[in-house]
Amino acid sequence: MTDAPNATLAISVEGLEKSFGELGVLRGVDFEVSRGCVFALLGSNGSGKTTIVNILATLLKADAGTITVHGFDVATQPAQVRECISLTGQFAAVDEILSGRENLVLIARLRHLANPGVIADGLLDRFSLTDASERRVSEYSGGMRRRLDIAMSLIGEPPVIFLDEPTTGLDPEARLEVWATVKRLAGSGTTVLLTTQHLEEAEHLADRIAILHDGRIIANGTLADLRELLPPSQAEYVEKQPTLEEIFLAVVGNSHETDDATRTTKRS
Amino acid sequence: MTAHFFDDTAVLTGRTLRHVTRSIDTIITTAVTPIAMMLLFVYVFGSAIQTGSVNYIDYMLPGILLITIASGISYTAIRLFTDMKDGIFSRFQSMPIARSGLLWAHVLTSLVATMISLAVVVGVAIVMGFRSSAGPLAWLTVTGIVLLFTLALTWVAVIPGLSAKTAEGAAVFAYPLIFLPFISSAFVPTQGMPGPVRWIAEHQPVTSIVDTIRALFAGQPLGNDIWIALGWCIAILVVAYVAAMAVYRRRFP
Repeated sequence: MTDAPNATLAISVEGLEKSFGELGVLRGVDFEVSRGCVFALLGSNGSGKTTIVNILATLLKADAGTITVHGFDVATQPAQVRECISLTGQFAAVDEILSGRENLVLIARLRHLANPGVIADGLLDRFSLTDASERRVSEYSGGMRRRLDIAMSLIGEPPVIFLDEPTTGLDPEARLEVWATVKRLAGSGTTVLLTTQHLEEAEHLADRIAILHDGRIIANGTLADLRELLPPSQAEYVEKQPTLEEIFLAVVGNSHETDDATRTTKRS
Repeated sequence: MTAHFFDDTAVLTGRTLRHVTRSIDTIITTAVTPIAMMLLFVYVFGSAIQTGSVNYIDYMLPGILLITIASGISYTAIRLFTDMKDGIFSRFQSMPIARSGLLWAHVLTSLVATMISLAVVVGVAIVMGFRSSAGPLAWLTVTGIVLLFTLALTWVAVIPGLSAKTAEGAAVFAYPLIFLPFISSAFVPTQGMPGPVRWIAEHQPVTSIVDTIRALFAGQPLGNDIWIALGWCIAILVVAYVAAMAVYRRRFP
């Protein structure tokens, strides 16, 4: 199987439509993501971000449109698409009953890789989960669980990774951990499509940002491009107040590496 | 894709089996209800039920085995439902693996877990005085019928497992199946039942299966019952499999 002509594009979406019953969620979505780019899909709850991700990940079929991932058509070549993607869903899709290490070994074996144990140990180390590797995931904190989730997505080094609201439900420290991970990914040349409803997150991580509203992409570009959509800024004197997040992080200190073991938030 | 079907199914089955071995209580719970019923029927009701010269526990064990299977597969539905809800199913579905392997993993796990529960129940029955003159071939035949019935009901369980909205909803379908042996020859001979009830009892699948297993245990001739029993099992299996796969394809096109 060879790539389609336009090999510089990791993702291409043209005229994507999807309805659930009477409800038209996506009404002609167009966007492109070039390889190695971090692309943020911004939109409010229910705007259809997850629907787009699920269609790109071959979990859902589009009603209309041409969608390719890494040159492969999601409708006609889903098997090839699955070979080059990884999905990290909105709710950490990890196996609660298995240990962290067993989760990683499981994915490595399903990707038919040699030495699944070695791969697992490498990722545990990289995501600071070595100490917790033998514990059941049900005992992990939200941040650890999400780190494991992302680690599972990296197995087999797929060129395109979908992160659907990777920081939803995380505390500020865990969110910073995820951000650091995404940045490292981008540095390694992986294409990342992330969805978020936090504007700050998109601003912080993405090379390009698209805004999904009413079933269409209403703006798409770099942060600088998007800034130009607004009227020229006026100079105003505003006292710089620290944000609550800055205060929170200053007060608790950035000691997330050490207190993972004590945080055992349990998801019911 | 299909080249990896067996590898993927083996890996995924290993995963679901680990779910069973790490919550061993599900195997015990599966066996507890049938064992409680066995105690109740043998030591309380049994003396009032006329089964001729047959020891009552020998008479009713086949029915208890079918109840064990019905309660065992309700856990299959719950395990499948939990996978769907947790999102791990979506992760697997977005990976380059044999897709039906996911369902087969749950089905094979269901067979193993139910067989363990059945072994526990038979063990308790032997302690309570169950004796069989069956030879190896008859035991093998019983095992085969029980496996086939478990397989058929497991595919029935896959349907609510894939489509239920809550874990309770996924499990509740098993209750009528647990109840079915009561309106059959499993505990009481059908001769004493009033006309319409007797007709239902004699024409529903449980009676033919129970009668076959009972004859095998007692070393008696099988007659036509075994063919009716196999016919029912295969019919349930085929219909449930087709329906389950249709639901699966609709959920994951």
